Amino acid sequence: MGECPVCAAEVEVANDAISGELLVCEDCGAELELIKADPVELAEAPSAEEDWGQ
Amino acid sequence: MKIGLLHSLIRKEEKLLIEAFKKAGVEPIMIDDRKLIMDFHSAPDIDILVERSINHSRALHALRLFESAGVCCVNSHKVAQICGDKLLTTAALKDHGIAQPESRVAFTEESALAAIEELGYPVVLKPAVGSWGRLLSKINDRDAAETVLEHKTVLGSYHHSIFYIQQYIEKQGRDIRSFVVGDDCIAAIYRTSDHWITNTARGAQASKCEVTAEVAEISLAAAKAVGGGIVAVDLFESDDGLLVNEVNYTMEFRNSIDTTGVDIPQLVANYVIELVGALSR
Repeated sequence: MGECPVCAAEVEVANDAISGELLVCEDCGAELELIKADPVELAEAPSAEEDWGQ
Repeated sequence: MKIGLLHSLIRKEEKLLIEAFKKAGVEPIMIDDRKLIMDFHSAPDIDILVERSINHSRALHALRLFESAGVCCVNSHKVAQICGDKLLTTAALKDHGIAQPESRVAFTEESALAAIEELGYPVVLKPAVGSWGRLLSKINDRDAAETVLEHKTVLGSYHHSIFYIQQYIEKQGRDIRSFVVGDDCIAAIYRTSDHWITNTARGAQASKCEVTAEVAEISLAAAKAVGGGIVAVDLFESDDGLLVNEVNYTMEFRNSIDTTGVDIPQLVANYVIELVGALSR
């Protein structure tokens, strides 16, 4: 479990989650990045940049 | 076997690829482009680099530097360079005689307007570098053309000063995305939308498309034209047959595995592992 940096709700983090993985806070819908898996550290995911995606 | 996976954010695609490599007995070495420092001479100790960066600019430059340090990359810098720029993609497809929509390139507002009038309305104005269907403009008449061109000239960043203009293809609400891994066209989906933009990132629905001989033939030819490897090819169905719209070099496939019944990440992982084997022989 980690804490959502936006709404402070508890966010479930899977055992196999890895650093850099994108997660969504079920409470507020914020897109989060798992910075560290152990101990869990979450941050708001960066917003889409102009050269993202395919 | 040391397989490097270049990434920034880990999306569902990267997670699935990591699982697929593990299933094949290989633990990929994760290389976060946000922490990467390169010196033009050396690179992390890996046999091959699988590029999965979300940023085109980082992918493009990192690939050049990894190749410069002697690392084989999938996809190669050449493929990223061609696929990342619609102008270069069009030129490569033309060089290989592959059917595609008519297009024009112009460098000023005035010449772009003349090019649009020459092609005939409607046309689609696209940034030469861009993705997920962002900043595409369907131009239906001269008034709209003048407005959009002025906005791009005044408000756009420098690469919006290259005007890439494509003939609008009436695609009946859908296009095809096919997936090519090496010499095989492994799967294809229809992307259907009420909107004229049919990217799944913009809400289009994915459904299974049979890989017919025609789909496979043009997809493999398009992949070869841009340098081969692992690519997704966007196709329009036209009265004159299939046309290649774009080729994508860091393909997204999360919506296409259940839809097609094809284990795309596993086929990608197997292809990369075979490639490492071939390199060492």
